[in-house]
Parts: sequence; structure tokens; C-alpha cells
Amino acid sequence: MTRAREIKNTPAHGRDARATIAVDDFIDVRSEFPILARPVHGRRLVYLDNAATTQKPVAVIDAVRRFYEEDNAAVHRAVHALGERATHAVEGARRTVARFLGSNDPDEVVFVRGVTEAMNLLAFSLGPTLNPGDEVVAPLSEHHSNFLPWREACRRSGATFIVAPLAVDGAIDLDALGSLINDRTRIVAFAHVSNVLGTVAPVQRIVEMAHRDGAIAVVDGAQAACHTPIDVKALGCDYYAISGHKMYAPTGIGAVWGRRERWAAMAPWQTGGSMVERVSIDDVRWASAPARFEAGSPNAAGAVGLAAAAAWLGEIGVERIAAHEAALADRAIELLEAIPGVRTHGPREHRAPVVSFTADGVHPHDLATVLDGEGVAVRAGHHCAQPLADWLGVAATTRASFGVYNNMEDAGALAAAARRAVEMLR
Amino acid sequence: MTGSPADIYSEAILDHARHPRRRGRLEDSCAHAEGFNPLCGDRVEVWIDAADGVVRKTRFEGVGCAISTASASMMTDAIAGRSIADARASVERFIRAATGRDLPDDPPLPGDLEALASVRRLPMRVKCATLAWRAAASALDDADQDLTSAPGAETKP
Repeated sequence: MTRAREIKNTPAHGRDARATIAVDDFIDVRSEFPILARPVHGRRLVYLDNAATTQKPVAVIDAVRRFYEEDNAAVHRAVHALGERATHAVEGARRTVARFLGSNDPDEVVFVRGVTEAMNLLAFSLGPTLNPGDEVVAPLSEHHSNFLPWREACRRSGATFIVAPLAVDGAIDLDALGSLINDRTRIVAFAHVSNVLGTVAPVQRIVEMAHRDGAIAVVDGAQAACHTPIDVKALGCDYYAISGHKMYAPTGIGAVWGRRERWAAMAPWQTGGSMVERVSIDDVRWASAPARFEAGSPNAAGAVGLAAAAAWLGEIGVERIAAHEAALADRAIELLEAIPGVRTHGPREHRAPVVSFTADGVHPHDLATVLDGEGVAVRAGHHCAQPLADWLGVAATTRASFGVYNNMEDAGALAAAARRAVEMLR
Repeated sequence: MTGSPADIYSEAILDHARHPRRRGRLEDSCAHAEGFNPLCGDRVEVWIDAADGVVRKTRFEGVGCAISTASASMMTDAIAGRSIADARASVERFIRAATGRDLPDDPPLPGDLEALASVRRLPMRVKCATLAWRAAASALDDADQDLTSAPGAETKP
């Protein structure tokens, strides 16, 4: 624990924290986020665009600053003292991130820019193993970053891209998915948590379906890592990707965990410095993972910041955060649904705190602009999941997504501002 | 920046959004253009029927936010019945105002259009407010082309 936090009332601890924690018992972390103290349009900032990107706590900002002030040097090359410190910092960060994901093998963690780069890495590196007649399956609800890389890999290889349909509430239709996976299926790629509907996928069940037919299971954890404890060994998947900036870490850093034997069988997707053992004029021997997949100078400060965020989340406890956020999302849904003509989308139960809603006769962009005027930051649009927007029958939705620093006041402010906006615009 | 982003929703703009003028299609128009905003999926189509160098009729159709709908409606007010040259000048004048690129000798815009052009303070919404105007510019070019390239155009009904 690097800093004392104010604990209101009696904190709930232990295994049953999720069931018993009350929102007012939650430790107040707002003071650790400098940006939350800055007014927007002269109003208190109600930041509810966490599914797009989260704000950064002092612990993360300080870790990045400390790296530049004390340790900065080229990683994996310099033999001088700073070079060793910088390398040590990045490899220490790799260990922390591996543990955060439930792996005790840091070499299974490859640093990337984020989930988009992770999926492109996998799609390009696994692509050469795809052949005409092979199939890659992804649900209709995927973010473009876990949709287009696979569709493009199929286009390049002649494999077939199969889009799995959704159930009525927008969750992945497991029966339909099961019937689409067969012995031609090579890869099943899906999001742990939907960035539009907050749906939580039954990862273990889908992984079992994929493995039953010998397919590789790839999980996009961009929206999950800040709301759900991740244990890749328990999930059973082959790859799991996260984006740092959606879990209180800096932008431009993320990680993809993969099974050691999977990485060993893969060719690199980018080539250059740091990723080889030996290069001659006409021959090359690739380094082993993770270096094989990290061509060029790494984002060392980003890796340090990602590890600081993972440690910070671990200190508070992702389960406690999830319980806190779930209570806020439930309240927001209740308040929004009480506004005439307003409808929230997605499942009622077992959901992440990502709340998409639409208002009859009011365009989401107008709603978001009016909310912005009241200091309430939400996202409006198709959220980079256009096939899902088409499926919902809307061009766009307004999305409020909660984070660790949000509170009941924020949920109330959202609903009150939405009610005024709808009355004004309709 | 002073004021609230919500100030863009003046009564005049909301009135155009709720009761858009000249909404519909023109089947036999001489020019047609489309605008699309990939950010929000807004789409607008503009039809212009010109004869004797004058915009005889114009219509628009599309799905979009209040700003883009009001903007399309106000655009038709600005060009209907005007000569193609005047219409084009008005369209270009508005786009400059909405994107903060006024020329030194640009005349002030009429009040309602100035209210709409204040969208320049909301960079993420500028595209909504200029979508129909950009489509109109393209349709006006086509209308002009048709008139200059087709000798019998002035007798067109």
C-alpha cells in the first residue's frame, strides 16, 4: 500500500465482499485522480466514458515519471547501469502483468500497443496457418478490433469468416455458436465483455466449445480487465489481450498473454531489432517469445505504467471494484429507464457497468453534447461495433460506462442531465 | 470558450430540427449528391433542380442528429430560388464560418445561420453542421455542369 486511503464506514473484506459491500463503504479513490478535480464547462466533472478510456491515478502517473527521471535508457541492449535498470523495470513489469492475468510465466506475456495491435499480431502470425476451407468464428457483437483483423486474415488466406449470431438480449447465442464450431474451425475470437452492451461472455464454456474441435480460443479482454479478476489458467483460453488505457494505465501500452507452446509455434508479424538471435546476409534465427513478437524499442515507460496500474488494481481488489461499479450501473439503469421514452440495451443480469441507452426522438450525439454542457462525459456513436449497431437497429447509442472513481452522485447526475436533455431536445 | 455546448440548440435550430423545411426527394432533379459522416453514421442526400441558372427546387432527405437535420433544412432556405452562383457563394460562406476560416471581407451571416455556425466551438460536431452544405456544394457543381454542357438545358421544364 503506497498511500493511505480514506475508508468510509466499515469496509467489507474477504470472499463475500461482492455480496455484502455497500457503495458508501467503498474506499474513496477520487483524490488519487488529479483530472477529476478539474472542472469541465465550469461544472464538476462526471466522467462516464471509462469504456473508451479511463483516467490515471497518481500511482500510475508517478511510476511513469519515476521511470523517466530515474531509470530511462534503451531496454535489452545497453550494458550501462541505466540500461540494466530500464531492462529490469520492463521485465519486472512483465512479471507483474503476467501475475495480474493469472500466469506465473512472464515469457507468456507480449507487450503491445493495445488490443487492436494484439489482434493484428495474432491474425498476422496465425494467418499463414489458415487455408481455404478453414473457418474463423467471431460473434456479431465484436468491437472492430476483434472483427476486422480476423476477417482480413480470412481474406488473405482464403479461409471463411463466420459471424456468430446473438441471442435476444444481445448476448452471444451459445447454441448457435456451438453449431457453427466444427472440425473446420481453426480460431474462435470473442470479447470477454462487450464494449456496447456490457454483456459478460461465459469464457470457459466458449473455450471448451472451441477446444472440443481443436480450435484456438482468442479472448479480447479490453473491457474486462478493470471489472473482472482475470485468471487465464482458469479461463482455459489460448490468448488473452488487454489494453492498458482502459484499466487506469497509460495510452499506447497493452499486453497479450498466450500459452508458451503457442508462441513457440508462431512466426513473427513484425521484424527488426530486438527480436532475433542471429542475422546474416541471407539467414535469420528468431528470438523466442516474448522478444520474437516485440520488434523495435519497446514502450518501456508504458510497460512500467501498466504494471503500476495492475498493482494498484490489485491493492484495491478488482472484485470490490466490480461490486461497487455494478451497484452504480444498476442505479443508473433504474434512473434512466424512468425517463419517458428512454430505453437501456443489454442484459439485466450478470453485466459489466457499461450502459448503452437510446431516447425516442433524440439523437445520441445531441444528447451527449447537452450532457457535456453539464460536465457529464459520455460516448455517443456506434462504439466501433457497427454490425452490432445494425443488429440493434440504431445508427448510434449513448453510452455511460462506470469506473472505480464513480459514485452514486455521478449516477444521479447522469440521469438528471439526461432527463433535462431529452426534454429540451425532443 | 464561454457558454455551454448546449447553447448550439437555440430555439431556431431546434425548430428546424423538429420541422425541417423541404424534406423529401426530387425524382426528376438535375443534380443529386450525398454526404456521409462515418463518425456517427449520419447520412444526407440533397437534390437540386435548376433551370436558367437558378435553383428552382431543392429537397433533402437523411437520418441524423438535430444539428445535421436543422443544418440541412437551413441550407435549403439559403439556396432555394437563388442563382447557382449566389447559392454556391452562400454555401461556401457558411462552410467557412462553421469551420472558423472566415475571409477578411466576408459579410456577417444572418442571425440563424450565425447561431448554427457557432458549432465551430464544438469541433466534434462541425461535420454534422456542414454535411448537407458540402453535399449541396457538390450538387450545385453538377447542376452548373448540366446547364453549361447541355445546350437545350434552358428549355428543360
